[in-house]
Amino acid sequence: MAEYSVFSLIREGLTGHKGWIRAWRDPEPKASYDVVIIGGGGHGLATAYYLARNHGIANVAVVEKGWIGGGNVGRNTTIVRSNYMLDGNAHFYEHSLKLWEGLSRDLNYNVMFSQRGVLNLAHSDGQMDAYARRGNMMRLNGIDAELLDREGVRRLYPHLDYSTDARWPIYGGLLQPRGGTARHDAVAWGLARGADRRGVDILQNCEVIGFERDGDRITGVKTSRGTIGCGRVGMAVAGNTSRVASMLGWTLPIESHVLQAFVTEPLKPLIDGVVTYGAGHFYISQSDKGGLVLGGDIDFHNSYAQRGNLPVVENVMANGLAMMPNLARVRILRSWGGIMDMSMDGSPIISKTPFDNLYLNAGWCYGGFKATPGSGYAFAHTIAHDAPHETNRAMGLDRFETGHLLDEGGKGPTPKLH
Amino acid sequence: MILITCPHCGPRDQDEFSYAGDATKTRPADPASATAAEWHSYVYLRDNPAGPHLEFWHHIHGCRRFVKVLRDVTTHEVLACGGPDDPLETPR
Repeated sequence: MAEYSVFSLIREGLTGHKGWIRAWRDPEPKASYDVVIIGGGGHGLATAYYLARNHGIANVAVVEKGWIGGGNVGRNTTIVRSNYMLDGNAHFYEHSLKLWEGLSRDLNYNVMFSQRGVLNLAHSDGQMDAYARRGNMMRLNGIDAELLDREGVRRLYPHLDYSTDARWPIYGGLLQPRGGTARHDAVAWGLARGADRRGVDILQNCEVIGFERDGDRITGVKTSRGTIGCGRVGMAVAGNTSRVASMLGWTLPIESHVLQAFVTEPLKPLIDGVVTYGAGHFYISQSDKGGLVLGGDIDFHNSYAQRGNLPVVENVMANGLAMMPNLARVRILRSWGGIMDMSMDGSPIISKTPFDNLYLNAGWCYGGFKATPGSGYAFAHTIAHDAPHETNRAMGLDRFETGHLLDEGGKGPTPKLH
Repeated sequence: MILITCPHCGPRDQDEFSYAGDATKTRPADPASATAAEWHSYVYLRDNPAGPHLEFWHHIHGCRRFVKVLRDVTTHEVLACGGPDDPLETPR
């Protein structure tokens, strides 16, 4: 039973669930493919899916060193939003959000995208002014944004600290009602299934160990499962971009940093949407299972270890308690780390490269999950047409040479601050 | 927790420091004659190795001097510490 529907569920329910087939195959690598995508995370799988769906390019392999969805697509806090200010980012993320809105139907797979709203709290008059400006710029770009006053925030989230002795009183907030969360594992699985059904080979436990080159042309990808010939190569290995690039003697404007995330014991419904603290760096939502999912800053130093250190744990919890003191007795069940491609201007790279037939998808900083469908859509277009899609025109690698940076936060070339 | 041995203050907790990034990049010696490519490399490009990484930490809550650290970024283990001009080697 390939198609998922209420009818197939009833039919299988009446016949002992013996007809379900595996969601994607486990094929042997072919000698060559039109396109080899390196990295079986959300972005790599989405790229393969849209190559087949939008461009009719189905002779595609996705090579993944571990298992699909074992990297950052399974290690994030599942937040989806498009509350960006700069044109080069705003239109890209809004396009991505629109793809999210139809993704479950498009994939015939429930990614549990829930538009429960993303609220950024403000804690001063100055911050309210800044949010009014950001919200206005979003609305001018056709993105939904609502500025809430203190009472507006209290109506949505009555459990925050509104007391007179709050260290940073809540003045209001900026709400994007169409933002929300999605089930991250389902996104990887749904995209893998969608790509596989269109003919894409997903090759797991297939680690890239080098490249075969003819000058600036990549002729083959050497993997732990043999050398695979390639027409074009797309690299979508955020977190490890510099490691794969170093196999080509290629240096990039990226540092790898570790970002921690946490989930608590399951609770009754407490937090409807996504809330971020404005006087520190903290974000929280509640999963459908009831666990509070939360995170904060990166660890502020280069790292390839998928685990973090205690100072940031303490800082995240302190921020959370300042915003919601009633979290004090909630127990943290799990914490983990993911490796972020921190780019030099805080924005991603979806680009052609100095190599003839190699394309780069990298530099997602904290924000890769929400970009998953938009990134795959734009990267597939870039690979298929050897030219950027209209949504990733500002995300070229050459912007660091020409000075056309996309620095949303105005932080400069300091990756840890983005 | 990362323990950094400041050459001036001794072993101190990472919380006393602000990370200042890759210590292998050198500012072009003559800014006026440096090419755009040299500036691009200095300002933006990073080797970002997975393994021993030479980096600066600024002892902002101590002596306020810069400390050079060789640290394995796959384990967070500090391999060597010294002053900004010290050539730090990977211990075998």
